[in-house]
Amino acid sequence: MTVTDNPTGGIIGQARLRKEDPALLTGEAKFMDDLVLPGALWVNCVRSPHAHATIDNIDTTAALAVEGVTAVYTGADLAEDWAGPLPCAWPVTDDMKSPDYWPVAQGKVCHVGDIVAVVVADSRYVAADGAEGVVVDYSLLPAVISIEDAESDQVVIHEGLGTNVSYEWPLIPDPEGVEAAFANATHHVTETYVHQRLIPAPMEPRGVAAVPAPHNGDMILYSSTQIPHILKVMAALTVGIPEHKMRVIAPAVGGGFGCKLGVYPEEILCLALAVRHGVPVRWTEGRTEAATATIQGRAQRQTIELAADENGKLLAVRATLLADMGAYFQLITPGVPLLGAFLFHGLYDVPLYSFTCKSVFTNLTPTDAYRGAGRPEATYAIERAMDVLALAVGVEPDEIRSLNFIPTEKFPYDSPAGLVFDSGDYQPALDRAKELINWEERRAEQAERQAAGSKMHLGLGISTYVEMCGLAPSRVLASLNYGAGGWESATVRILPTCKIQVVTGATPHGQGHETAWSMIVADRLGVDPDDVEVLHSDTAISPLGLDTYGSRSLSVGGTAIWMATERVVEKASLIAAHMLEANADDLELTNGVFNVKGTPGAEVPLAEVAFAAFTAHDLPEGLEPNLQAEVTWDPPNFTFPFGAHIALVEIDEETGEVEIIDYAAVDDCGNQVNPMIVEGQVHGGIVQGIGQALWEEAIYDEDGQCRSTNLGDYLVPSAAETIDMKLDYTVTPSPTNPLGVKGIGEAGTIASTPAVMNAVVDALRHLGVTEMAMPASPMRVRRSIENAQGGAV
Amino acid sequence: MIPAPVGYIRVDSTEAALAALGEHGDEAKILAGGQSLIPLMRFRLAAPSMLVDIAGITELSGISVVGDTVSIGAMTTHSALEHSGELAEACPLLAHVASVVGDPAIRHRGTLGGSLAHADPASDLPAAVLALGGTLVASGSNGSREIAATEFFTGFLESALGADEMLTGIKVPVSTGGWSYQKFNRRAQDWAIVGAMVAEGGAGVALVNMGATPLRASAVESALAGGASSVEAAASAAEGTEPSSDNNGDAAYRKHLAQVLTGRALRDAGME
Repeated sequence: MTVTDNPTGGIIGQARLRKEDPALLTGEAKFMDDLVLPGALWVNCVRSPHAHATIDNIDTTAALAVEGVTAVYTGADLAEDWAGPLPCAWPVTDDMKSPDYWPVAQGKVCHVGDIVAVVVADSRYVAADGAEGVVVDYSLLPAVISIEDAESDQVVIHEGLGTNVSYEWPLIPDPEGVEAAFANATHHVTETYVHQRLIPAPMEPRGVAAVPAPHNGDMILYSSTQIPHILKVMAALTVGIPEHKMRVIAPAVGGGFGCKLGVYPEEILCLALAVRHGVPVRWTEGRTEAATATIQGRAQRQTIELAADENGKLLAVRATLLADMGAYFQLITPGVPLLGAFLFHGLYDVPLYSFTCKSVFTNLTPTDAYRGAGRPEATYAIERAMDVLALAVGVEPDEIRSLNFIPTEKFPYDSPAGLVFDSGDYQPALDRAKELINWEERRAEQAERQAAGSKMHLGLGISTYVEMCGLAPSRVLASLNYGAGGWESATVRILPTCKIQVVTGATPHGQGHETAWSMIVADRLGVDPDDVEVLHSDTAISPLGLDTYGSRSLSVGGTAIWMATERVVEKASLIAAHMLEANADDLELTNGVFNVKGTPGAEVPLAEVAFAAFTAHDLPEGLEPNLQAEVTWDPPNFTFPFGAHIALVEIDEETGEVEIIDYAAVDDCGNQVNPMIVEGQVHGGIVQGIGQALWEEAIYDEDGQCRSTNLGDYLVPSAAETIDMKLDYTVTPSPTNPLGVKGIGEAGTIASTPAVMNAVVDALRHLGVTEMAMPASPMRVRRSIENAQGGAV
Repeated sequence: MIPAPVGYIRVDSTEAALAALGEHGDEAKILAGGQSLIPLMRFRLAAPSMLVDIAGITELSGISVVGDTVSIGAMTTHSALEHSGELAEACPLLAHVASVVGDPAIRHRGTLGGSLAHADPASDLPAAVLALGGTLVASGSNGSREIAATEFFTGFLESALGADEMLTGIKVPVSTGGWSYQKFNRRAQDWAIVGAMVAEGGAGVALVNMGATPLRASAVESALAGGASSVEAAASAAEGTEPSSDNNGDAAYRKHLAQVLTGRALRDAGME
């Protein structure tokens, strides 16, 4: 397929304001909790306060006595309501151990937040009062909190499985080669890093409403979800409602970051209770509830080893993971580490590669995809380790990277992990980032401060990254045992008055699909983007789709839009040719007008063609009326965006406070449809990644109690903590799709965490600090300095 | 988060508020700006049966400077303190401290009296009034009385206010001598992990979040009075303190911070 540098009528590439924003900014947009559903019953979930316990008795008497409480159900009461346990769509190995996960716990609880009973009442407040009246007797069991304890199997959480180890997944194409490379290496770097658990914390927590339709036994499920299409299939199977009787609608969704890429107990519960009660049943998650009821991200311990020759040229990379699944599998829990499995060698040309992941269950909230999902983890490991290698070789961190970058002439690049990187040109991004941050001057300033004995230390940290996104070629997903495909569908329809209706299966939850899709269609048709309406997020309107995650929407869903537009243009050109008594091959569509190439004046506007297609009074023989086309696009490969980020931090030695004082990011996501949306994604992604480096951590005590369950204790950075970032781009189009696009939704999150942590260590290395765990909190930094200096300073 | 059922009355005079407190006793809580009480109720950590909303008592809002005394109504918001030109001249420390409480939304709702009555050792304003040597005015069924700030904070979230009393006003001396507030936190809107406050050229030094109550750093004050340098005085900042441990810092780290921040505050206030 050829690269189309800019396939353009001049609209693609414009920084246009987002069509979505007026409704979002004025409160016009309706989120889950804004929905008015007369007669709805409200659910309150009674949740386990213990991480691991058997349920001895549940007394619902007092709850049922609360005026307005309609019913209280325990796990036993609802056991017959399920056609099956909650689904996991990614059984990564054939022998993967998978516990049953029921919407309401049956007999025992396995994490704080596990649902033990549900109170159904006529208002949200009464349901909460009723929940206070449910008395549950527990017998406590020892809680398995650390992944090391989990691996030891001293306490087995799911007795039926016989072990806490769920699976081991190796990717070692040439084991002997790897061994030999390490045996012969001049430099052998071994580093261990921990990715703390993160709470996704979108602005809008989850919410659900199941509404029985008045006729036909149909059911409408409203949910604040990223995946209405996948949810429809999975919920139908779990509750036993025929899929064709189910309609799923995602209203305005206030962010997800992966945590709404699930099929949750509350969705299944509302459906089952709506069936039981015959009225709408709804639930809105509280912020504190979300801290333990919604999936968490990251949570793995990584060991990465680098083998390199005397110059620092990499010979082999070996990565070994121990990953925390939490108490149960959510939708794609086991697959998250695999999304990083291919990328622990980063964007470096390495002949030999070894990856192994062992996954264990703990008595903590299930983990699942969180912005970047696997790729931030992989990038963190290789980028932190490359700094250690640079130190061992005695070169600057930029030099060790330049030495090892995959050379531009090697693309498409056959990676040692078995992928084919589509396109890349890595050195210019790093050069530009160094220029933006004033690398040489900053290095000099850092040295001056050190020489002067300043207690305000400067540190520079580089992170260069490549990611695989555009999920995903269906055949590749099949090889990874994933339970669905990776295609996306699109319909483009030119209405009689030449307004355009577009239907997408890529469900947005804040990204700006309406704007971007309008621009793609308007660019090709030569119409105003405001004349293009994008329909989505309702399975009755958009029956086929695989939704939004993994930076897939533009490269997969946007490509489907582009191809459907092309198909509509092909049909319109047949009608135009008929109207002009010309040959369709001689026509071109420019600025909304078909004209005969080389024949001035021989033209017909698209609007007239659209109306002719509608009236169908005089169409070419055999041609169907109307202008619409539907395309399902299955990408031939992933896309591989890349870039270089550099952070400059200043550390206050006395307090341990880390402040980011400058940040440069040069990203390459191929062609850009709307640079303003790209910029927003980069800004948000960088800050979210910095959040992991400096602030965010789901803190658990030894009993499995979460100590960071609200936004006062779980430190999501705010605008006040961010700085003006210096952003720039290189453009290396992807050859895998006609738009030449790659994806930018996760890049910032992937790149910024290691950039900041490398900068933190760089700032303190002269004090003897060689390692820093995340988040680099003031106390942790201060203690590291004290320890390195042999006690209190 | 859903609070437990609660009654609500809104009053327009101090007398009416006191009458409501008399009627409902321990089960009633005064609702001022609600920035601390409402979250506690939503977590069901507090479940009063009756809220007495005093936002309608207009005479409880305002700032006046008469002679050497600044008088501030209990319902004066942080934002009003932050933006008062009069206060900026008469007591710049208090105006500054008000400007670093929480975020703008909190500062527009939260009140000085509410913050003091809540008596949270991690709050900024109680320590400021303490450092300034302020006085609190309480009204009760037996009339009103004045309580020195040094006597007001009796324990964690506990004050000298009786169950039948409400805080109506705060008096601080006009104070334009060297001052500083060093608030250390991880995000702009957070409570201080530790804060160090210097008023009137070191005559008053107070610490935020270094124990169950806001504290006067009396060892630092004595050292300064005895002619110690800022470095020498700051070394005793943690003396006698028993700070708590939490996610952001253990007791030892807090004690270290108290010394560092007190030293910085003293120097920022102009002391050698």
